[in-house]
Amino acid sequence: MWDYSDKVIDHYRNPRNVGKIDNADAVGTAGSLACGDQLKIYLKINNGIVTDAKFQTFGCGSAVASSSILTEMIIGKSIEDVKKITNKDIADQLDGLPPEKMHCSVMGYEALEDALKNWDDYTDLDDLRNENKESSDKIVCTCFGVTENMIWDAIKTNGLKTVEEITNYTKAGGACGRCKNAIQDIIDTYYKKESEESTLSPAQKILKINNIIENQISLELKKDGGDITLVDIQGDKVMVKLRGKCSGCKNSHLTLKAFVETTLKETVDPNIEVVEVQ
Amino acid sequence: MNLIYLDNNATTKVDPQVLDVMLPYLKDEYANPSSIYDFAKQSNHAVKEARGVIKNFFNAENEKEIIFTSCGSESANMAIRGVLNMNKNNRHVITTKVEHPCVLNLYQALEKEGYKVDYIGVNSNGELDLEQLECSINDDTAIVSIMYANNETGVIFPIEKISEIIKSKNKETKFFVDAVQVAGKIPIDVQAMGADLVGISGHKFHAPKGIGALYVNSKTILKPLIIGGHQERGRRAGTENVPYIVGMAKAAELAVDQLKFENTEVKRLRDKLESNILKNVYNARLNASIVNRVPNTTNIGFEYIEGELILLHLSDLGICASSGSACTSGSLEPSHVLRAMNVPFTAIHGSIRFSLSRYTTEQEIDYVCEKMPSIIDKLTNLSPFQDELAALKRLKN
Repeated sequence: MWDYSDKVIDHYRNPRNVGKIDNADAVGTAGSLACGDQLKIYLKINNGIVTDAKFQTFGCGSAVASSSILTEMIIGKSIEDVKKITNKDIADQLDGLPPEKMHCSVMGYEALEDALKNWDDYTDLDDLRNENKESSDKIVCTCFGVTENMIWDAIKTNGLKTVEEITNYTKAGGACGRCKNAIQDIIDTYYKKESEESTLSPAQKILKINNIIENQISLELKKDGGDITLVDIQGDKVMVKLRGKCSGCKNSHLTLKAFVETTLKETVDPNIEVVEVQ
Repeated sequence: MNLIYLDNNATTKVDPQVLDVMLPYLKDEYANPSSIYDFAKQSNHAVKEARGVIKNFFNAENEKEIIFTSCGSESANMAIRGVLNMNKNNRHVITTKVEHPCVLNLYQALEKEGYKVDYIGVNSNGELDLEQLECSINDDTAIVSIMYANNETGVIFPIEKISEIIKSKNKETKFFVDAVQVAGKIPIDVQAMGADLVGISGHKFHAPKGIGALYVNSKTILKPLIIGGHQERGRRAGTENVPYIVGMAKAAELAVDQLKFENTEVKRLRDKLESNILKNVYNARLNASIVNRVPNTTNIGFEYIEGELILLHLSDLGICASSGSACTSGSLEPSHVLRAMNVPFTAIHGSIRFSLSRYTTEQEIDYVCEKMPSIIDKLTNLSPFQDELAALKRLKN
């Protein structure tokens, strides 16, 4: 038995905005009958505002609830605001979904994305594309037709780290399981890229170390009548000079390692080593 | 709101008479049946007597052929592993595509261990491909495992015929029958069946969960899975679960008494439910052969709507059933049984199993018959496949 929130239960029992809009300005679909869930969303758009939204869903309780709440979330909103909605927002609005059911919220997001892509007035297509996505998208999970971009998006929006989580959110890998290695590769690539992006250039690193010594560490030491100056940086080795009461203090080694080095390790780079020079 | 429990293939209500005979062994007669003092006589005697009852339930020749286990899954694992571990030379094993996971997943594990496995398919009525079975058996075949009846569709397999096929191709091949879904629904006669090993589970016929049995004929030697004491003639160590063994024996006695009722009254209610839904719901289809089924089970596919959503709406009315839909189990694939039967993908996700018991009443069935069309009507209105549904409706009328 699923542990559905009261909101999910309310929405599958009494779904809002069911049906179709005959002269809709945008229509989007996600999922397929063969996969076990499909969502169709119809939008009426006037002067950049979603004035009406309806849905039809073939799917489980959480799929119906996700679709239903999505229509409530977008009616009356500007296209700009609607574009910002993620699967996480849908799940949050429902007071959460069981992990295995997160793909229902992803399906809502995908149907909305599809509708906006199909909207005649909508030209800003690249906006919808994540900057990290490769321009060509390829199918990773053939059982459920899940593409690399869909997996990439799910990782980015929800901070997913394991293949199991990807399966819960996108269904990819949930049937034959042959694509599990490919999914792992995408996860690895994502986090490798992320860590590369967060790596500082040598000049940035020097500036940051100097900044922290001047604005944090030095101020603390001054409280005890001491002080510190940066002398040189060679790779991960940070050379400093202790001044005032700190210089010649019996506990200066402790100050250096437990306070100065720890602070720099935490804020700049875990490999930093602090050395005192005379 | 009254509870209407139509999921008896998942588990059953414990019969009050079963509970009554168990209670003394949970309260006063707690002695270990292996102990030698007088106080242990009663529990020792109770296990012996229960073994006799289960022997009769199976129509086995000898009480020594009965091993008490903890559940149907243990019975299956003990039978299959026990046979294979005694005979390491033969590396070919056979089962069906529609077995219960306790056999199917075990066979998949065997495949990874290097066994060659053949999975026998079924037709769209859920009936086994006996030709494929015959062609698959060879000199290297160590064991064939086939269920007596399928838990999802209720379709009964022709066990006697299958046993003849197996023995005509290879006399050494052992035959294990998972009879969990027929116990209490049709008579079990291991001698007529020609099976070497037959497993049952108490909680499917109104005994509590946590007790099962395995019949092993005298010609079949098993290597035990659980090593320890001398219990069950050294084939399954562990202190006997006296109250549950006593309870299962009582449930077996009651089941035999109720067999006629199952095959007349329970069957009549099942048929009423089934024909009523098929008649009044235009997108309903039967997912099985109409003949050769256990009397309590029906599996109906509702096209273009999803099973979990149906179950949730049934549950709101107190009605318990189950679904072959992917969404209910947490797995992403729909029922392996319905896929093996090639149930169209328009219906497979909307498949609902109703399984009745001797406790099911006519009023309950009438209530479900009354409510079903309006639930399905509400849910078809949600479906994005309105054109397809309209076409189905025209076809039906």
